Amino acid sequence: MLLDENKSQSGSQGWQPKIIAFFCNWCTYTAADLAGVSRIKHAPNARVIRVMCSGRVDPQFILDSFAKGADGVLVGGCHPGDCHYQEGNYKCLRRFQLFKRVVESFGINKDRLRLEWISASEGDKVRLVINDMVAKVKALGPLSLPKKFSEWDKEMNIIEEKIAGKEEAVHA
Amino acid sequence: MSKTTGNTRTGFYICHCGTNIAGTVDVEKVVDYVSKLPNVVVAKHYKYMCSDPGQEMIQKDIRDQNLNRLVVAACSPFLHERTFRNVASQAGLNQFFFQMVNTREQNAWVHLDALASTEKAIDLARSAIFRVAFHKPLEQKKVPIHPGVLVVGGGIAGIHASLTLANAGKKVFLVEREPTIGGHMAMFDKTFPTLDCAACILTPKMSSVKNHPNITMWTYSEIESVDGYVGNFKVNVKKKPRYIIEDLCVGCLDCIDACVYKEPRFFDEFNQGLSKRKPVYIPFPQATPQLVVIDPETCIDFKSNKCKKTCVDVCERKAIDLNQQPEHKEIEVGTIIVATGFKPFDASGVPYYGYGVYPNVYTALEVERLINASGPTSGEVVMRDGSRPEKIAIIHCVGSRDKNTNLWCSRVCCLYSLKLAHLLKEHTHADIYNFYIDIRTPGKMMEEFYYRMAEEGTKFIRGRVADIYPDLTDEVHRRLIVKAEDTLISEIIKVPVDMVVLSTGLEPRADANDVRRMFNITCSTEGFFIERHPKLAPVNTFTDGIFLAGCCQGPKDIPDTVAQAGAAAAEALALIDSGFIELEPNTAFVVEVDCSGCKSCVPLCPYSAISYQEDKKKAYINEALCKGCGTCVASCPSGSIKQNLFEDEEIYSEIDGILNYTNIYEVSECC
Amino acid sequence: MPDKPKIAMYWCASCGGCEESVVDLAEDILFVLDNVDIIFWPVALDFKKSDVEKYKDVEIVASLINGAIRSTEQEEMVRLLRKKSKVIIAYGACAQLGGIPALANEFQKEEILRYVYEEAPSAVNPDKKRPQAQFKDDDRETELPELWDTVRTLEQVIDVDYYLPGCPPSSKLLKEAVLVLLSGILPSKGTVLAPDLALCEECPRKDTKPTDLSFTEFKRPNMHNIDPEKCILSQGFICIGPATRSGCGAMCIEGNMPCTGCYGPTSRVKDQGAKILSSITSNISGKTEKEIDAILEGIPDPVGTFYRYGMAGSLLRKKVDF
Repeated sequence: MLLDENKSQSGSQGWQPKIIAFFCNWCTYTAADLAGVSRIKHAPNARVIRVMCSGRVDPQFILDSFAKGADGVLVGGCHPGDCHYQEGNYKCLRRFQLFKRVVESFGINKDRLRLEWISASEGDKVRLVINDMVAKVKALGPLSLPKKFSEWDKEMNIIEEKIAGKEEAVHA
Repeated sequence: MSKTTGNTRTGFYICHCGTNIAGTVDVEKVVDYVSKLPNVVVAKHYKYMCSDPGQEMIQKDIRDQNLNRLVVAACSPFLHERTFRNVASQAGLNQFFFQMVNTREQNAWVHLDALASTEKAIDLARSAIFRVAFHKPLEQKKVPIHPGVLVVGGGIAGIHASLTLANAGKKVFLVEREPTIGGHMAMFDKTFPTLDCAACILTPKMSSVKNHPNITMWTYSEIESVDGYVGNFKVNVKKKPRYIIEDLCVGCLDCIDACVYKEPRFFDEFNQGLSKRKPVYIPFPQATPQLVVIDPETCIDFKSNKCKKTCVDVCERKAIDLNQQPEHKEIEVGTIIVATGFKPFDASGVPYYGYGVYPNVYTALEVERLINASGPTSGEVVMRDGSRPEKIAIIHCVGSRDKNTNLWCSRVCCLYSLKLAHLLKEHTHADIYNFYIDIRTPGKMMEEFYYRMAEEGTKFIRGRVADIYPDLTDEVHRRLIVKAEDTLISEIIKVPVDMVVLSTGLEPRADANDVRRMFNITCSTEGFFIERHPKLAPVNTFTDGIFLAGCCQGPKDIPDTVAQAGAAAAEALALIDSGFIELEPNTAFVVEVDCSGCKSCVPLCPYSAISYQEDKKKAYINEALCKGCGTCVASCPSGSIKQNLFEDEEIYSEIDGILNYTNIYEVSECC
Repeated sequence: MPDKPKIAMYWCASCGGCEESVVDLAEDILFVLDNVDIIFWPVALDFKKSDVEKYKDVEIVASLINGAIRSTEQEEMVRLLRKKSKVIIAYGACAQLGGIPALANEFQKEEILRYVYEEAPSAVNPDKKRPQAQFKDDDRETELPELWDTVRTLEQVIDVDYYLPGCPPSSKLLKEAVLVLLSGILPSKGTVLAPDLALCEECPRKDTKPTDLSFTEFKRPNMHNIDPEKCILSQGFICIGPATRSGCGAMCIEGNMPCTGCYGPTSRVKDQGAKILSSITSNISGKTEKEIDAILEGIPDPVGTFYRYGMAGSLLRKKVDF
């Protein structure tokens, strides 16, 4: 039964992208709550991880998300000048400007990584951003790094099999 | 899951929230799934987890099953995180061995697909269960609360809040931007629904503020900066020069008579420009404090330095100081009440109503002054052209309920329009036509008030006015034609009137954004400050220790404003009288043995919480100054800074939990 | 003579610098040779694979393997050494993190082969011949190693016990590692045999770094002079030292060059490149995208700069889609 459940992650409605969203506590997380209170329906693909500030989003978290199977990563913070901690979002932006170049160099399409400023009152922007991102990531298809890693590693099995074969031959 | 601390025994609870969650999320399926995850000892669903039985159930399980971790999937943590932390601590568990899953606001309420919603709930539940295993016991830091309170804005909200706090024995600093306190209410003639005179209610309160030993009132002053945090704010206030030595002025007003301008010539702000004032003036007779102010923009001496300074000469007490400089005060307070009020909608924003074009088109606030006994016409309704109106149109919803201006209902306009209809009728015996979209009269005695006004013969026409233009056919009366569709009879009607009153809506202050940034609070797109929660924390902001009162939070009438001001004062009092506040322990700390002293983190902290210890050659974070954003943690190149509640392992395990479907196979194999 | 502990040394995708570092032990090498029996070291002495095969499983006390793993031959050899050795030490940056060879993970194998055998200015190969894995002649049949698509760290291929970081590891660390091995008191598995503190700890210019650093530009060492006294990072040259383990004695800094990160991250960091990027960019001065991008123009190749040694071992390992 649990397996059925897993199937629906990728089965019944076709493949559904999974997006990890790092939302800052004060603006974007609150906006996502506001979207809820206002019953603003949007795509169910984002999984929100709450951080106090977009400045807490370590680029490693984003890479780790991709490496563990996220199809997209969304970072949401307060608008420039509005950071609850004065300047955390600027630090986030500075990292992002270089980091997105790195991610692209690693062959990950730029639409899979997104930084958005969403203030506490912009519940509807949560909908717009998530829906738009889901549509774009859907168009790109799955990233599935864990699967890719194991595919890459298949080239190692060849020699393993060979060694095994030789040993068998020796024993025989 | 191997690197967790000790033997992890997790209890998982998902709330139905009636049908709010269970209507979309298959809570049984979530429980069924979660119960098979490693470390999960108990997994349950319940109708209302936040109810007493729900809480007791969790506590019982914690005790009976020896749980050492708690995960609750329910509403937003903003709503009930504290509730369930308390549940944990009352059951003897450190309250931070808890993680909440937002399954209502960010899941059930925003998705239609039950299957996808359930999957999301499962992903996030697994994520929280993985995460909570890495939680550490933490203690909340207690910070003493400075007993002083800053009240920003001296309208009725600020006045009421200040008096409430001062009467409770707290030291209050009331800072008002204008030369007098009183705000908009001081401009009104009478107040609905009781029709008692605004001044009669307000002016005694104003003088109480002035005379209260616990209130330091600074008018003509502005907040320059706010630093610190709940319990310990440092505020810089700039007292603008009014060119009067406050301690010497007795309010005799001789200087006004002595001014070289024999006649008042300048726009009188208090009377909405319906009268004139001199460069040296007092806003209105009951202005508090009773101090004149010299306007450097209009005073000759400031312009040419060639004035005879008759005002200076006439003042026996030598209270006039034309060289006065701004004064800067630094105060320390523990809590702040923001009561900065509203701005009336600028009626020229609806050009087809002709405000500013036709002299006999007035805003409601102008009419308040016009019918006020101490107003520019001493209460006589004499229009700008010198005539007296026989027919008056009052147009509702100007700058409200209109996609082209403001979408919101300003809440007070229907009622003050009714009031003005009554007062204008009383003053002029004119025919009064109220053009309305809907008459909205919520609140105690308000509908009754409407009926009473209706019985007085005021005519009500249901229709939004489309145009106002001069009646060129009637040379004698030179009336204005008010054109509207009477939607009750589906006919376009044209009503000729002498006077038009525009019932303008309420808007946020133009500088609401600057104020918001200064106080680190949030405001909606339109600019009204946002309360922490409309029902649970209606006067709190997202910044602890800062509260809201009055129309800066949204349009409201005087009774509601006063009630809210009282609530804000009570919230501030509760904080002050508890003596201290427990801060969220989400501060960052440097693991000294790991730190290489690269100094990269030092310039990152906007609160200067990070310093470099020259003796140890390591960085150090002052916990008292750290506000817990975690920016330095994300930036530490050697991973030597940690943030409580948001440690790297905690976030990695959250990511892992969300994406770890392989676990499903592992689980099903073992079962 | 009683049996001395048997030690093997092998090189994979590497430059040979790690082998040199063994020789850098100078007279200490005599101490090492007194105490261990080097039973396999193809770069220095004539050993064959069969020499290893004849040992019993785990008979070799320790194998020090340097270089990244990129070919079937390397894989075969390290698997064999794993089988025969009690302890495997990933020796040097390439074995630990992929090293310089792992920068090839930015490209597809085909791209590289095409360039090297066809497009490189120095290539004379009109028939566009490529190395083949199988070779058959009239009377000969030979199997040659095949190049993998992906460059790997040693631990991505075989189980690794310890890591000796560096490009190459300093002889001081090597000596310490040998002493540890000889002592028999082994550290816990997975230990990196270098201090778990970043390089700034032992940097001679530590005190010259200001506490209010805010980058307004980035410079490259090939285009500007480096002040030999001041913190190199504070001069606007990218120095990976703050995100790199110490233990090298800050040799590059002594040579007036910035740290390029060969000792890899501390144990608390999963991805050295992301971490140093996060640290450096957080401290640049711009507030708008335009201002920020203008400053970042000084870092034309962030992957080559921040993942110089760590690409194979990084979280993403390799360029994903081409």
